Amino acid sequence: MTAATTSARGTPVTPGRSPLLRALARPELGSVIGAIAIAAFFTTQTDQFATWAGVANVLDVTAALGIMAVAVALLMIGGEFDLSAGVLTASTGLVTALLVDRLGVNIWEGIAWSLLFALAVGFLNGILVTRTRVPSFIVTLGTFFALQGLNVGVTKQLTETVQVGGVDEAQGYGVAQAVFASTWTVGEGEFRVAILWWIVVAVVATLLLVRTKFGNWIFASGGAPVSARSVGVPVGRTKILLFMATAAAAWLVGTISVVRLTSVQANVGLGEEFNYIIAAVIGGCLLTGGVGSAIGASIGALIYGMTQQGIVFAQWDNDWFPLFLGGMLLAAVLINTVVVRRRAEDSPG
Amino acid sequence: MTRRGWPAVVAVATLLVTGCTAGSRPATNDDAVLETLSVTESASATGSGDPDPDRRLRFAIVTHGSAGDPFWDVVKTGAEDAGQANNAEIDYQSDPEPGSQAQLIASVTSRQVDGLIVSMADPDALRETIAAAVAAGIPVITINAGEDRSAEFGALTHIGQSEASAGEGAGDRLRDAGVTKLLCVIHEAGNVGQEQRCQGAARGLGVDGSAEPGDIMRTLRVNGSNLAETETTIATELQADPQIDGVLTLNAAVAVTAATAIGTSGSGAALATFELSDDVVQDIGEGDILFAVDQQQYLQGYLPVVFLALFARSGNVVGGGEGVPTGPRYITQENLDSVHIGTR
Repeated sequence: MTAATTSARGTPVTPGRSPLLRALARPELGSVIGAIAIAAFFTTQTDQFATWAGVANVLDVTAALGIMAVAVALLMIGGEFDLSAGVLTASTGLVTALLVDRLGVNIWEGIAWSLLFALAVGFLNGILVTRTRVPSFIVTLGTFFALQGLNVGVTKQLTETVQVGGVDEAQGYGVAQAVFASTWTVGEGEFRVAILWWIVVAVVATLLLVRTKFGNWIFASGGAPVSARSVGVPVGRTKILLFMATAAAAWLVGTISVVRLTSVQANVGLGEEFNYIIAAVIGGCLLTGGVGSAIGASIGALIYGMTQQGIVFAQWDNDWFPLFLGGMLLAAVLINTVVVRRRAEDSPG
Repeated sequence: MTRRGWPAVVAVATLLVTGCTAGSRPATNDDAVLETLSVTESASATGSGDPDPDRRLRFAIVTHGSAGDPFWDVVKTGAEDAGQANNAEIDYQSDPEPGSQAQLIASVTSRQVDGLIVSMADPDALRETIAAAVAAGIPVITINAGEDRSAEFGALTHIGQSEASAGEGAGDRLRDAGVTKLLCVIHEAGNVGQEQRCQGAARGLGVDGSAEPGDIMRTLRVNGSNLAETETTIATELQADPQIDGVLTLNAAVAVTAATAIGTSGSGAALATFELSDDVVQDIGEGDILFAVDQQQYLQGYLPVVFLALFARSGNVVGGGEGVPTGPRYITQENLDSVHIGTR
């Protein structure tokens, strides 16, 4: 059990090793080095990257992705995937917008119902995966398509178009705007409040992972589910809660987006789920579960944001961005694999 | 592989259908009757007048729109409205992936509809299935995209807007508004029509040909399914190149985010867009958007149904082989009142 926990915890405890060597084996190390290199590169190559406005733009893109990447990282450490998370950000926004626009409810009521809806979807994903033992890849692929159809179908039924607007005319919009979509100015940069949400989510997730029993359960559920079960870890319940946490994150991002844009289109969010997984993997998550961190996923999101906006600042043709993203992903996976192999060789007994 | 396999599948399916029909019929030796029958059938399919003018017609539309795209929703509405007015049943199908779109065409062909309406974003991928439909005697009209290949594939006519000339018109108007360097925002990578719009705009903007296209226009690729990110990316581009004094977006949702991005980046660039929506109409009214290039896609759904009904019932063909333009129509503050959203 001791061996299982230590390796599952993501921190190989090899007695007598220097702090430097120990740091080298951290799953997020590769991403930290990558992030520093990318930041240095764009700072020297462009005039605007390292300005307040540039940083604000980078963090704006990073924040929404980061919130999702942290939640998805937790889920991946727990050994599962969620392909429905991207389209769920659109679903939650639609629930809020439709309730506000069609029934004229207070926006907070809409947001609350939308959270309930998200938690229900997460619960459904979790219960289907844990009860049927069907891989989460397949289960959430199903929910992905189901939600995609619901988004368009229900919106079309209720509004006869595929776009819902008028969110800014709802009761309570002012406060919602302040909470989810306000900005504050530093220098000439307009920083979005979503950045604070991202930091809060990352800190809470990190504390959960490294300081609580539930955090241990997450590592154990993903890294060694059989031994975890045999020592009494509620693997099923842990995974269901992780699916619900991912759905709640999708709700947060969907809400931030719908309050900010004041309207939502039924076909958005498709394909975003891959960006979440990419950020989590660049940040050191393994696809096999049991390894990863919330900080790493946040850095993965930061790499995405810096590169995407940096390429525009550098005035390069940003047609090439996906190629770069794919290269980063492969590099990260290779580094992670090496790290894990070394750790397996090092771990005593 | 898949593409090459389809005609064979269609052929087998046709054989099966024919076989079943023949088998279910009482065997007769009267070949002459059967022959006459088949002649009448093929004659009606090629449109020399329907023997029964009151017969309800069945038309299929297969587009490359993705589910939930507001643009294609309007096309569908147009087709359904025309179907009601012309006693025709409309079967709307769509798939943005060219291979899947070809399969949809093959499947409606095998159902022997009275007419087929196809948008050709990727003409080569659809060539064989459209040829099979034409060979089966189904009249085909192409809409929206693929104008230059339409006649070659045997379509009656093409209904749509020439992207290049619409882009050129937009560039022309932006130049009149004083724009010297334009940012053209592409939200679907690899969409030929969007590239043509941007290239057209560059031509319109630098009409005297003295400037290099790269000096007067930059293209920016954004992810159209993440609008918040799109907004930030446009703002970043405007900050990175302060010389940009005009922005051209290619759909309504991106236009609205560009209006916000111009505001937050303090760039003051003039904004024009393709496509209309409630929000775009509002922004034109408030002066945030200079004009919208409307290709009136309602007509791209409505007109082909009318044309096919005319062809089926009277053998008339519209267009004279030249194609029928549905746009561009430029919506500005002056003619804003004439716009009815829902048919836009």
